[in-house]
Amino acid sequence: MEWLYNFPSMDIESLRALKKGIDSGFRGFTREYGVYIENAFEPLKQFLIWSERFMLDTPWPLIILLIAVITWVASRNKRIVIGTVITLLLIGYFDMWEDTMQTISMIFVCTVLSIVVGIPIGIAMSRSDRLQSVVNPILDVMQTMPSFVYLIPVVMLLGIGKVPGLIAVVIYAIPPIIRLTNLGIRLVDKDVLEAADAFGSSSWQRLKNVQMPLALPTMMAGINQTIMMALAMVVVASMIGVRGLGQPVLQAINNQYFSLGLFNGLAIVGIAIIFDRTSQAYGKRLQKYQEVVHG
Amino acid sequence: MVDDKASPGISVRNLYKIFGKDPEKYIDLVKQGMTKTELNDKHGHVLGLKDINIDMPAGGIQVVMGLSGSGKSTLIRHINRLIDPTAGEVLVGDVDVCQMNPAQLQEFRRHETAMVFQKFALLPHRTVMDNTVYGLEVQGVSRSEQLERAQRWIDRVGLTGFESNYPNQLSGGMQQRVGLARALTNDAPILLMDEAFSALDPLIRMDMQSVLLGLQKEIKKTVVFITHDLDEALRLGDKIAILRDGEVVQQGTGQHIVLNPADEYISSFVREVNRGRVVLVQTIMDTSVGLENREGPAIKIGTTLEKAAKIMTDGNSSMAHVVDAQGKMLGSLDIQAVISSMVTPISHDDPVAAE
Repeated sequence: MEWLYNFPSMDIESLRALKKGIDSGFRGFTREYGVYIENAFEPLKQFLIWSERFMLDTPWPLIILLIAVITWVASRNKRIVIGTVITLLLIGYFDMWEDTMQTISMIFVCTVLSIVVGIPIGIAMSRSDRLQSVVNPILDVMQTMPSFVYLIPVVMLLGIGKVPGLIAVVIYAIPPIIRLTNLGIRLVDKDVLEAADAFGSSSWQRLKNVQMPLALPTMMAGINQTIMMALAMVVVASMIGVRGLGQPVLQAINNQYFSLGLFNGLAIVGIAIIFDRTSQAYGKRLQKYQEVVHG
Repeated sequence: MVDDKASPGISVRNLYKIFGKDPEKYIDLVKQGMTKTELNDKHGHVLGLKDINIDMPAGGIQVVMGLSGSGKSTLIRHINRLIDPTAGEVLVGDVDVCQMNPAQLQEFRRHETAMVFQKFALLPHRTVMDNTVYGLEVQGVSRSEQLERAQRWIDRVGLTGFESNYPNQLSGGMQQRVGLARALTNDAPILLMDEAFSALDPLIRMDMQSVLLGLQKEIKKTVVFITHDLDEALRLGDKIAILRDGEVVQQGTGQHIVLNPADEYISSFVREVNRGRVVLVQTIMDTSVGLENREGPAIKIGTTLEKAAKIMTDGNSSMAHVVDAQGKMLGSLDIQAVISSMVTPISHDDPVAAE
């Protein structure tokens, strides 16, 4: 009756052999192809370095002005702009400017990469039920797998630094934009699509003139979610060498510096609110045409 | 003249449509006479259209009438092949739409047809102007020409000044004017109107019908108009086909259908019709009188009884005579015959007379 109380598992010897086999197989793969893969990510690395240098080398008043202009253009809301400027001034006053700029630069690059990769995948998914049924479970795994687990192979392949951090963040943050692009396009009114067909639209014209513009508010919600998730990943990514607000937080955890952790944590919250309010206000503005003026 | 292409007639020949997983399998059974209910109960397929044959007049308005579920919207979507038929042909001029490949079909939809929809189906994120130019934009016409041609139709349907409004800012009637302007700007010889006015309230509907009839006098397109409203069908249709359960039950001119309903189903429809607006003077005129006997005012052939009665009472005369376009006398009318034809069926074997 022992097997009832102890799960009849694989014997330790073969389990060890299996794990060893996978590990050495993957190690072999990284030795063989690691260089090529690293080279393939070189342009991304340059983009990251360029964006970080821009944020750090530009005088801080210019950066504040630039961010204020962007939030104004996107939201057309004075309160959001004023809140943004005050938050940035406070962050600078508490000596977190440099870390914050590094984090913003990282989030910016991650968001751009997620949009560039995610939207085409979302569009492809919306056009094929079969692709949707393949991609959806992959996205589920990406979102539920503890992020530390996929940090391991990324680090084995690319070592420690910006690029592996970027990949880890993107893997974690990209699912919402893919899902909501797919959903937004699938929710476009069938009647309007039929009209587009009746006038002889090609499939590209259908996408460009009808599906994308009508899915845009939903896609904006996806982008907003992607940014928020990328910010949440910043602390985890700092474990593999991503510089920014995550590193002092990590330091604070290790050394029990309560105030250090709190300040940097609040800075992350601050930029999260800036990103969130701005992108939401922009998404709302995209739906302006839905305001009913006539009864 | 807006249209340099002569509008072609449309012939629908032996058209069948079965909805379901495997329509091809059941087409022979249906051709052998399986009914809609039998097909649905035994095989889980829905018979949409059964053996439709309609010749739609070139440059005229063909109305297809039926209640919901009769297959009328399915039928109109076969003309620009938004729905593919299971069997049969749709000939536009001498081209079979059903045989076109995707590229030809796209060209056909761009240049030969334009469509107006029951629920307007405007692009909500585009202004009135940008909706109106849609067909031309898809064709790749230059922006300045788009704007010029669209403006003409926006003015024509009475939307001047609303060019930069969004559809949501307009009332239903105005939205459908945008739909109409969008279709007309395309300048296609065939105009497909799928219950175009059904969602509008009665006064605006009448108004839109007048707009359409007024326009049709100059543009002379081949119009296919779907409706569930017999009054609308009679007002607009040069020819009317009545559909029921996916089959044509009767077709002909409005007058023909009102005077000779094919069965109980149709006579129940025509019972409520205002005959004075449908029956024409030549149908009831007395040709037995001498042709030189020109009494009372002259009334042109093709005049409705209602108008004739108005002319006669205005002229305070109990007699009138019917003349053709050249002024040649064809017969005579007396006011009693006019009034009795307006209120009661003309022939005694008319099923309506049984009431």
